[in-house]
Amino acid sequence: MTGADEDDDRADALFHALADRTRRDIMRRVLVGEHSVSALAANYDMSFAAVQKHVAVLERAGLLTKRRNGREQLAHGEVDAVRSVASMLADLEDVWRGRIARIDELIGKDPNPEQE
Amino acid sequence: MPVTDVETDIDNRTLTITAEFAAPPERIWQVYADPRQLEQVWGPPTHPATFVDHDLRPGGRAHYYMTSPEGEKYYGWWAIVSVDEPKGFTFEDGFAADDSFEAAPGMPVSHNDYAFEPTGAGTRAVFTSTFDSAEGLQQVLEMGVVEGATTAINQIDALVAS
Repeated sequence: MTGADEDDDRADALFHALADRTRRDIMRRVLVGEHSVSALAANYDMSFAAVQKHVAVLERAGLLTKRRNGREQLAHGEVDAVRSVASMLADLEDVWRGRIARIDELIGKDPNPEQE
Repeated sequence: MPVTDVETDIDNRTLTITAEFAAPPERIWQVYADPRQLEQVWGPPTHPATFVDHDLRPGGRAHYYMTSPEGEKYYGWWAIVSVDEPKGFTFEDGFAADDSFEAAPGMPVSHNDYAFEPTGAGTRAVFTSTFDSAEGLQQVLEMGVVEGATTAINQIDALVAS
């Protein structure tokens, strides 16, 4: 059970982290290379503290990791974590593909509406 | 392949799937209007659905359960919002704790819009599901109603073989 709960908590954190435009934009940048938090902050019309908060949410979700380099904090994206979000949405898509395949099969057996 | 387009919108927690069927909208409508046909398509083969109530009218409800291979039952309900036969309908879809089919507190509810539009060859169906929260979307995936990719591929294989 503990393992499953941990998975749930992690999934909640992932979705919460990515349900924000700025955080997704930060992710796009840090997935391609390491950026300092101050360099990231320069991209947005918000305070350094606000950007730092967004980075912290992403870090808690395991989507990015930070390391200290002198006075700078460098952030980079975790490719595997991003893949796991994509796979959760793909699961839902699979539910639908299954249903649609079954509708297709059902109407294939009897394509014309009955007029009763 | 009947599925022609899939759009996921993380911002709005919405999944939109478009499919093309080789039958008129009236035929697709029947699948949803007839509970015996609906239960053939709603649950995955591993978790077949049984509809015990089914009233496809505005304000009407549908109650169903899905049975796991271990015999465990998952209860669900639909609350029909609007109906425009055979063009489509909108409804809310949620879970219940037991066969009272009352909405389980804290469980996610999705808002659904199914639209069936005639094409030269049959029907273009657009299925839209929106969740109030990302956590809700995730909970649905965790509820045992999810078919893994393997199941879906097996179904497609079975379909192609038949």
